[in-house]
Amino acid sequence: MAGDVVELENVGLRYSDAGAETLRDVRLRLTRGGFYFLTGPSGAGKTSLLKLLYLQQRPTRGLLRLFGEDVAALGRDRLPAFRRRIGVVFQDFRLIRHLSAFDNVALPLRVSGTSERDLREPVREMLAWVGLSKRQDAKPATLSGGEQQRVAIARAVIGRPELLVADEPTGNVDPGMAERLLHLFDALNQLGTTVVIATHDVHLFGRAGRARLLRLEHGTIADPTGEFAHPPRAAALAAAG
Amino acid sequence: MRQPASLRLDAPERRLLPDGRAEGPMPWVLAIMLFLLILAAAGGLAMTRAAAGLGEGIADRVTVQIVEADPAARERGTARALQLLAADPATRRAARVPDAEVAALVEAGLGEGALAAEVALPAMIDVDLAGGAAAVDELRARLRAAVPAARVDANGRWLAPVADLVRLLRLLAAGLMVLMLAASAAVVALAARAALNGHRGTIETLHLLGATDRQIVRLFQRRIALDAVFGGAVALAAAAAVLLLLGARLAELQSSLVSLAALRPSSWALLAALPAAGVLLATLVARATLLRALRRGP
Ligand SMILES: Nc1ncnc2c1ncn2[C@@H]1O[C@H](COP(=O)(O)OP(=O)(O)OP(=O)(O)O)[C@@H](O)[C@H]1O
Ligand SMILES: [Mg+2]
Repeated sequence: MAGDVVELENVGLRYSDAGAETLRDVRLRLTRGGFYFLTGPSGAGKTSLLKLLYLQQRPTRGLLRLFGEDVAALGRDRLPAFRRRIGVVFQDFRLIRHLSAFDNVALPLRVSGTSERDLREPVREMLAWVGLSKRQDAKPATLSGGEQQRVAIARAVIGRPELLVADEPTGNVDPGMAERLLHLFDALNQLGTTVVIATHDVHLFGRAGRARLLRLEHGTIADPTGEFAHPPRAAALAAAG
Repeated sequence: MRQPASLRLDAPERRLLPDGRAEGPMPWVLAIMLFLLILAAAGGLAMTRAAAGLGEGIADRVTVQIVEADPAARERGTARALQLLAADPATRRAARVPDAEVAALVEAGLGEGALAAEVALPAMIDVDLAGGAAAVDELRARLRAAVPAARVDANGRWLAPVADLVRLLRLLAAGLMVLMLAASAAVVALAARAALNGHRGTIETLHLLGATDRQIVRLFQRRIALDAVFGGAVALAAAAAVLLLLGARLAELQSSLVSLAALRPSSWALLAALPAAGVLLATLVARATLLRALRRGP
């Protein structure tokens, strides 16, 4: 379907030749403009699935389509352009330790060639939104876990990606801030971004009205009604609207 | 804040990696390599100059002396010898050295005032021969037959081994330069790989944020180029000091062979260009190494 941003068919992921499959037989379609929570017990493979989405790993079997293109056929030289369409909040943040909070948030814009003049204001605004205006010159090592997480989120959304992938983005912040950050994802979603959030935080689920819940168990999507393997047209339209 | 546009554009990229130059001894090793490279090149240039100078001097240059006490007989012998030489197809040029010059030569050798008026000077003829050692021997035999007082000295005889040595030294210098450049390239490649390994996490993150290999390579390449500039500057300064000192010492020797080897301004310019070439080489090697290493990565 043309409206699918992500499409997985019988996808398997194996980290080593000898080991068992971490992901197996994953069938999943994420509709453009959809808002998804990905949940499941620790070790179920949530992070592994997200790694496939942001192109850190490639499936060891099955078909993965991103933005309508088969990832297996993507040459190395085309990866950067794809990755620039995806914003990622890594579970371990992956902030660059030599860079200030400001420079970390500015990174995606600089990578994609935005001029210094054009990026200053948006970066400041984004830092203000996540409550870090006063900390913009701080290096990651001097930030608390929650502050680092907010820098990571600001960096993921600054470029207004078509697909936002967030791995436990509220694991280190208090409930008030978690709600504020959810607002941010929601606002981005309203602008058309497809949002996928892996989380254990059951309180979050009810907050985003249009969100759908994906459950991962033992490396595969629990999808008894088949709505994620074959999303009904009505649901896709509702998610897009 | 008001920097030129080019600087402003570079600044944020530069900040992606920690400040300061690359870890490790790379700049200093490069400085040593380039220092030796310049010295080897200077040696090679000096040898090239000396070889050219010697070449002019020894190209079958022969001196014919007519050693005869009786002035009349001497003049007759000289005229006969000139005649013979003129008729010989192997002769390229034959000219009598004026007596005043001969006197000056002898005086230079023996000391001023050593010449009493009545001391008989030999007559001298400078000859350029074509045909090498065989021609010299043949000329000697024919002159001796016609003019018994004639003596033939082939200057090239004693210079030939010197010329061989100079040629050998020049080859050695060229060989050393090639080795030095190869070792420099190896050092740079190692340093580039070490830099990549030291920043693996940062590089992976940059990739995941959509940075291209070229963008990442540019970061490291700039740092390695800066290191190479540092090494090149140190090498040039040290080599210039050594060469100037050596030049002054050699000039004191006042040997004609040494003066032949003295470096010309054009040679100095060539030597100064070497570290620049080294920097260029380092940058290109770093770029190639980095691109290849990144392509092999995830
Ligand atoms: N790089 C890796 N190499 C080998 N095995 C891995 C790797 N990353 C994850 N695994 C394994 O894959 C399985 C799924 O891990 P994953 O991180 O995807 O789980 P998760 O659902 O994100 O867990 P959590 O909720 O704790 O973050 C685990 O058994 C883990 O040990
Ligand atoms: Mg995880």
